[in-house]
Amino acid sequence: MSTVAEHSHDDHDHHHHAPSGIKRWLYTTNHKDIGTLYLWFAFIMFLTGGAMAMVIRAELFQPGLQIVDPNFFNQMTTVHGLIMVFGAVMPAFTGLANWLVPMMIGAPDMALPRMNNWSFWILPFAFLILLSSLFLEGGGPNFGWTFYAPLSTTYSNDSTALFVFSVHIMGISSIMGAINVIVTIFNMRAPGMNWMKMPLFVWTWLITAFLLIAVMPVLAGVVTMLLTDKFFGTSFFDAAGGGDPVLFQHVFWFFGHPEVYIMILPAFGIISQIVPTFSRKPLFGYASMVYATASIALLSFVVWAHHMFTTGMPVATELFFMFATMLISVPTGVKVFNWVATMWRGSITFEIPMMFAIAFIVLFTLGGFSGLMLAITPVDFQYHDTYFVVAHFHYVLVTGAIFSIMAAVYYWLPKWTGKMFDITLAKWHFWCSLISVNLLFFPMHFVGLAGMPRRIPDYALQFADFNKWISIGGFAFGLSQLIFLALLIKACKKEGEPVSDRVWEGAEGLEWEQLPSPAPYHTFETPPVVK
Amino acid sequence: MTEQAYEKYYVPDESPWPFVGAVALFLIAVGAGNFVIEVSKDKEGYGGWILTAGLLVLLVMLIGWFKDQIEESRTGLHSNQLGGSYRQGMSWFIFSEVMFFAAFFGALYYARTISIPWLGGASNNAMTNEVLWPTFEAAWPLISTPGGETTEAMGWYGLPLANTIILLLSSVTCHFAHVGLEQENRKKLTWMLGITILFGIVFLFLQVEEYIHAYTQMGLTLESGVYGSTFFMLTGFHGMHVTLGTIMLIVMFFRVLKGHFTPDNHFAFQATSWYWHFVDVVWVMLFFFVYIL
Repeated sequence: MSTVAEHSHDDHDHHHHAPSGIKRWLYTTNHKDIGTLYLWFAFIMFLTGGAMAMVIRAELFQPGLQIVDPNFFNQMTTVHGLIMVFGAVMPAFTGLANWLVPMMIGAPDMALPRMNNWSFWILPFAFLILLSSLFLEGGGPNFGWTFYAPLSTTYSNDSTALFVFSVHIMGISSIMGAINVIVTIFNMRAPGMNWMKMPLFVWTWLITAFLLIAVMPVLAGVVTMLLTDKFFGTSFFDAAGGGDPVLFQHVFWFFGHPEVYIMILPAFGIISQIVPTFSRKPLFGYASMVYATASIALLSFVVWAHHMFTTGMPVATELFFMFATMLISVPTGVKVFNWVATMWRGSITFEIPMMFAIAFIVLFTLGGFSGLMLAITPVDFQYHDTYFVVAHFHYVLVTGAIFSIMAAVYYWLPKWTGKMFDITLAKWHFWCSLISVNLLFFPMHFVGLAGMPRRIPDYALQFADFNKWISIGGFAFGLSQLIFLALLIKACKKEGEPVSDRVWEGAEGLEWEQLPSPAPYHTFETPPVVK
Repeated sequence: MTEQAYEKYYVPDESPWPFVGAVALFLIAVGAGNFVIEVSKDKEGYGGWILTAGLLVLLVMLIGWFKDQIEESRTGLHSNQLGGSYRQGMSWFIFSEVMFFAAFFGALYYARTISIPWLGGASNNAMTNEVLWPTFEAAWPLISTPGGETTEAMGWYGLPLANTIILLLSSVTCHFAHVGLEQENRKKLTWMLGITILFGIVFLFLQVEEYIHAYTQMGLTLESGVYGSTFFMLTGFHGMHVTLGTIMLIVMFFRVLKGHFTPDNHFAFQATSWYWHFVDVVWVMLFFFVYIL
């Protein structure tokens, strides 16, 4: 069989260069093309979801109802959340995995290249459905991104059916993407690339992919129950039929909690790649990083009900979920400790990716601490559904996940394009984002502790000053991202100084040591030998 | 592992099928969404047509994609390593299916052990019962809901038991078909595969009979409380999986008749047989937790 195979390869060896035209992007099987598609899609969705956040902040700029009506405000909070979670953060990480995992483990491409393309192209269609539902009679989904029953069943509008099916196809996309990543890592590593030699980005994505395959089907299950409850008279979430609205929350958060780790584990991987490079030291505690990632992933399956402390669960359940949740801070603490210990006595330089990485470490840790406060059951009764929660998850998702994605783009962009990006613009982007994002989210802690509820278009007068500043921070953060857009357009036009193959002085790993910059269309068609 | 016999990993050229597949899913999602609204509201609309169009495009995509795939496999482009990717991919896909069913089993356990007892006043919920539905008494199967719907419980003997035996036997025949393939005993392969398909079809037929019986004779419907919801959703999704599995087996049957598959190159057959065994295991779980207990 192998002789036949040898022969037929020759037919394929000729196309080392990217084909051109629209068909290249529609029909591609190349992991770098698909990675680029994912990343641009995620960025467009980031701006779209961001525009919705601007609507929210404009309405909240002062107390009273002035710009949008409450129903539309609800649609904005809902679709903003859905887009940022499923349209921006997750596709961006999948895009990075597509670009980087094959290069990092010495594989010629993803394991299942055609399925890879399918997973991507489902996404634009899924979001087309979700976004177009906003223009239907009665409006789009307005029940919050967590679509709790009975808001999403008894009290929702007809567009819920479209919401359900768009979530279904998003899930199909995620599951196929995750299967591709996991199989690539299991089956495509170059000779000598043992488990404990794999770069941490690969490790964290391996575990993320496992989480995705385990929980996306549960999301599909819960939206299906919602659909049949709303349209076909089933009683999963209806007490009159023997069901329970709280059941919705259990099933949803069984998906939802691992989901938040899906959005942060790859970020841990990225930071673990960047910090050693610019500290010019190997990562401190590599093995403990791997075990910590796996522990976080396993624990993520037994903490879901900490989102539901105020639903009236038995005390023993509340205690179990409180302690299990707090346990997660142990492996997370190991990670933060290791990043700091990597920097300790290193020869640190502060290039753009490192600046984002350090901002990540500080601000993500802050978000982790507020998470620890929320985990304490008795005080959560005060914090639940307030802006304190909003502050918490935006610190871990914006200055956590999104900052890590930006760090990753700045770190690997020169490898992808072969040119250094515009450093001046990048510095503007960093400092504007850093200052505005804290102006945006930090005061939310205060208004939240004082009792300002989330997802409400109006608020008590006492919160007026803080909200004005929050909104100004929001607009500034939104505008700062346009600097990033300008920088990316320049980078894609291949403007800038050519870079060396290694790009960054302290960078280590196959993609820096064995591949030229820019990385050619096909890489590692014959696997490298890793020593 | 040095420079020795390394088979190049086959990375396919550009292919239109994934994009066609994405269009198909788009049409299916839009169509199904509108269809559901139209059916439940008794409205006129195009939902059903869009859904049908989507399913047709999906069918065209599947035929085209698998045709390419089979040709590549039969011209020997696939290395053992690629076979490994397929096998691992299929295993993870089945794992995702397990988790999908887990969501519905979870709902079943929750209803039985938590929500219904609580509605009946168990634990510290005496007031829940008193205030909401004082006459409600917790029971499983829930033949009388708090809201006042009544139904009959589905027994495990009769059709369900027959179906269990049929599906278990089909798993055995499916296994022997695989053994026949590995022994290059085409006759055994063809017969055993044919019998498996027959069992699958009989199972589905009996399942439809059972549904008709439930709806017309027993008053057990989707709308008869959480017992009906979990019963029909679990057995219904299982039935959809059996349907898909049967279609896969039929495709394998025609490929066997065309002389496809060798003892060391039959991923499609193996994947189908894994899928069939998975469907069987899910049924055994269903039989215990939905019918018997």
